[in-house]
Amino acid sequence: MNTILIAVISMGAIGVFFAGFLAFASKKFAIEEDPRIAKILEVLPGANCGGCGFPGCSNFAAAVVAGDVECNGCPVGTADVAAKVAEIMGKDGADISAEKLVAKVMCGGDSGKCENKYRYVGVEDCAAAARMAGGGPKGCQYGCMGFGSCVRVCPTDAITITDGGIAVVDKEKCIGCKKCVAACPKNIIKMVPYSKEVHVLCSSPEPGKIVNKTCKAGCIACKKCEKVCNFDAIHVENNLAAVDYDKCTECMECVKACPKKCIEGDLEKVAAAAV
Amino acid sequence: MELLLLFISTVLINNFVLSRFLGICPFLGVSKRIEVAFSMGLAATFVMTLSAIATWLIQHYILMPFGMERFLQYGAFILVIASLVQFVEMFLKKTSPALYQSLGIFLPLITTNCAILGLALLSALNGYDLVTSTVFGFGAGIGFTLAISLMAGIRENMEFGDVPEPFKGIPITLITAAIMSMAFMGFSGLISM
Repeated sequence: MNTILIAVISMGAIGVFFAGFLAFASKKFAIEEDPRIAKILEVLPGANCGGCGFPGCSNFAAAVVAGDVECNGCPVGTADVAAKVAEIMGKDGADISAEKLVAKVMCGGDSGKCENKYRYVGVEDCAAAARMAGGGPKGCQYGCMGFGSCVRVCPTDAITITDGGIAVVDKEKCIGCKKCVAACPKNIIKMVPYSKEVHVLCSSPEPGKIVNKTCKAGCIACKKCEKVCNFDAIHVENNLAAVDYDKCTECMECVKACPKKCIEGDLEKVAAAAV
Repeated sequence: MELLLLFISTVLINNFVLSRFLGICPFLGVSKRIEVAFSMGLAATFVMTLSAIATWLIQHYILMPFGMERFLQYGAFILVIASLVQFVEMFLKKTSPALYQSLGIFLPLITTNCAILGLALLSALNGYDLVTSTVFGFGAGIGFTLAISLMAGIRENMEFGDVPEPFKGIPITLITAAIMSMAFMGFSGLISM
């Protein structure tokens, strides 16, 4: 009994001593933090998802105050959050027009269009499969293999693997945290503006001859889309067509013209684009 | 003379990281750039030296007189180490925010660094006196700094090397650590105590 008492008292005494020491030190080494950091932290979503490129919301808030990132740097927060942050920073809402970005898997070669080179029976993980010979079992080495590494990192369950074995992002559920972008060993998940619907669903920089052999839905760099576009909004670079989302009006001309049907777009929703 | 020998043996022969395998976590985590690794080493050395003194005092003036060293040692030592790390953290945040940023999570993690607790326990186990214990703590810190700086130097150069794909990152780092550890074995027999 006596030992217990002494143990409690002595540990308590040591604790109190160090507490006093630390309290003194914290006074002595106190740092004046910008009060705006705490205010910004309050309006942020606070999920610490890391989508902005900083480890957590507090680091982001500090970076905003330091002027390293724009007020709308939080990809998860809506325009509302950006406006509040801008208000705290004393800026008006003029510079917060950027649209929400969502993830998009730039591959349309499901199992019906792009056949596997061999049977893979290893770990069900894209990073592991991608290290196999030829960059994985998929016929096209730039194609989605559908082992679902992106599905597993997605915090909002926005990604599913289709029956054809490729990943598809539900843009309504996507919060734009970019975790899948980092997880994809093929680097074929890109961030695209939420409202845009015309995307080139191919990531292969191979010349048309090779693409033709491996995938029925791959971009062969024929440049037909480039020619039919009236808005200079689609260009073929490195044997791959890419949509310039700032210029695209979703007139769907390129979608109609593409011989490989690798440009995604809803033909029924042809916008009343002034031609 | 005895103390000098103890210092050298702690730095080279019984290096905490490379032959006792303590403190591996920061050794692998903060060894990407030499400056950061060196600063981490200095922070650890500071905490090690101070905690060697503080834990010795606690061991000899509080724990041993009351016969509590067998069950209260760990708790009391962790308390001391945690407080010291807190202090170092405050100090660094004030004096060098850039360094504070680059050390990141590994700074508060010194609290649970086994090298520091191991140091306190070893020095109690070996029955060192205050001066010997301090030298032991300082030597251990310098040894840690040496190991982590060497590791960072190697890793900086390895960035440019043609490492086979499956070995990139942590695997090659672990292999490097193993080879370094074997190389440090060469120091055994330098001093016979």
